[in-house]
Amino acid sequence: MKTRQSIIRQWDLQLMVVPALMFIFVFSYIPMSGILIAFKDYDIFQGFASSPWVGLDNFKEFLHADEFGTVIRNTLGISFLKLLIGFPAPIVLALMLNEVRIPIFKRVVQTISYLPHFLSWVIVSGFVLTMLSADYGSLNIALEKLNLIDEPVNWLTIPNYFWAILIATGLWKGIGFGSIVYLAAIAGVNPELYEAASIDGAGRFRKIFSITIPCIMPVVSIFLILAIGDLLSAGFEDILLLQSDIVRDVSDVLDTYVYRVGIKNSLFSYAAAVGLFKAVVSVILLTVANALARRSGNSLW
Amino acid sequence: MRLSYGERMSSVVIYALLALLAFVTFYPFWNSAVISFNTGSDTSLGGVTFWPRDFTFDNYEIVFQDSRLLRAFFVSVLRTVAGTALSIAATAVFAYGMSKKELVGRKYYMIFCIIPLYFDGGLIPSYMLIRSLGLMNSFWVMVIPSLVSIWNMIVFRTFFQQLPHNLEESARIDGCGYWQTLFRIVLPISGPVVATLSLFTAVGHWNDWFTATLYISDTKLLPIQTLLQQILSSNIMSEQMMQTNSAAQSHMASAHSVTTKSLTMATMMVATIPIILVYPFVQKYFVKGVMVGSLKE
Repeated sequence: MKTRQSIIRQWDLQLMVVPALMFIFVFSYIPMSGILIAFKDYDIFQGFASSPWVGLDNFKEFLHADEFGTVIRNTLGISFLKLLIGFPAPIVLALMLNEVRIPIFKRVVQTISYLPHFLSWVIVSGFVLTMLSADYGSLNIALEKLNLIDEPVNWLTIPNYFWAILIATGLWKGIGFGSIVYLAAIAGVNPELYEAASIDGAGRFRKIFSITIPCIMPVVSIFLILAIGDLLSAGFEDILLLQSDIVRDVSDVLDTYVYRVGIKNSLFSYAAAVGLFKAVVSVILLTVANALARRSGNSLW
Repeated sequence: MRLSYGERMSSVVIYALLALLAFVTFYPFWNSAVISFNTGSDTSLGGVTFWPRDFTFDNYEIVFQDSRLLRAFFVSVLRTVAGTALSIAATAVFAYGMSKKELVGRKYYMIFCIIPLYFDGGLIPSYMLIRSLGLMNSFWVMVIPSLVSIWNMIVFRTFFQQLPHNLEESARIDGCGYWQTLFRIVLPISGPVVATLSLFTAVGHWNDWFTATLYISDTKLLPIQTLLQQILSSNIMSEQMMQTNSAAQSHMASAHSVTTKSLTMATMMVATIPIILVYPFVQKYFVKGVMVGSLKE
């Protein structure tokens, strides 16, 4: 009763937040409950409520689907490569930028390398197509000049190269912006540590490995945990934009599979089950990674 | 400070690698721009790299006469302006309310906001929601679902909480309500945070192509990024056909000074230029933005 009275008394303040909360309810909470469709056999004509419950059938169907093996292999393969290469790269870049003693050089490199982050994946995929094109692509031109290939290669249509192209593109787009956090962390390292190390005769690499890297470890491990929690997100926009039927076998990952069977083939229940499967495994991965990190004292929670 | 031989060598390596990174990052922009200023027939002969070989404005002339592209550009501008203005306004009001300690239920409201940051229904349930709301094939599907941003609310709220209280208090004593205080006193001194969040929201709107791919089939309503994506994917297909039919294709290409590819490059440039134009401002603010981002984590 008392609460209700005070809510009424501050009605103008409540009016600032309640509409937004209702909005969040509609656009976030309703989809959350909509995930129940994964346990139903959704029929467009019957609607959500009257479609029959089927328990775990959709999940079983996915586990036994022909695509299951390929999709899981691609998801984990691409993800692991992205983690292996894409995760340390910004750290290395930040460490290198930190060694630059010419301010203008540093600023130019930073300005250029941050820019791709702000471009849409469509534009980036357009650049990839331009660079790799068989008839005017610069990669083919360069390789031909170096006599490494005899005739132009149509890179995007060869399954063996698809993962490499994907990883390289992701690196191109993300390395610069990813380094900002680490640069900020490096800037926060106590300068006295470096001075003391210099007096003790430590060289550049000694300082990097004994001071800088240990000092930024907490930041690194937080981002590593988050990256592990995201292992099943092998990418979505990048793959969707670069894939074609020719490379489908090496490019279909969980998210693109959900999109393809769910939206394009209208298998809503089945696709929602695949999506839920991914979400649950991701939460498990995040929890495990966090538990491991807690032992070293750098956990998220 | 005297450097050892090894350290001097490592400096050389570091500078060389960084210069290489800058080059590799910059080159695709440059090369695409060059191709957009080169005649299509000449480009398809190959070998155009750092400089146009057969300079022309034809590609741009055709792009700027293409009503479909102009329309898409206009849709993009409209959704960016409307989406950003409405989202920032709605989120600022929401955040201001949430920043007030006397707000009854504040703790529960906050939990209610945090949960969706960790769990979401995913693609399929969202798609079904949009469909049942009747937002399919509507311009507003690109604006409404992203109207209230929880992340931005948290950033705004943190900022509002750090503002000196005496300003607001004197406004309250003068009889200003919460709404008046927000619009007359608080927002005018919130320039930097409004600018930062607006820029990021605007870049997100401009770059978003997937929303329209999912929900809009009416070609008149497509934003430029989505239209460009459709053009690019048809190019991939023609590239694949070319593999089997290479001679015919290059013959066709040489007959016209403008090719679909050279036009695509010009279109790509037109879709990129707004980002390049705001980039200096974005760069000014985004270090702050990343700070805010790490606060989010």
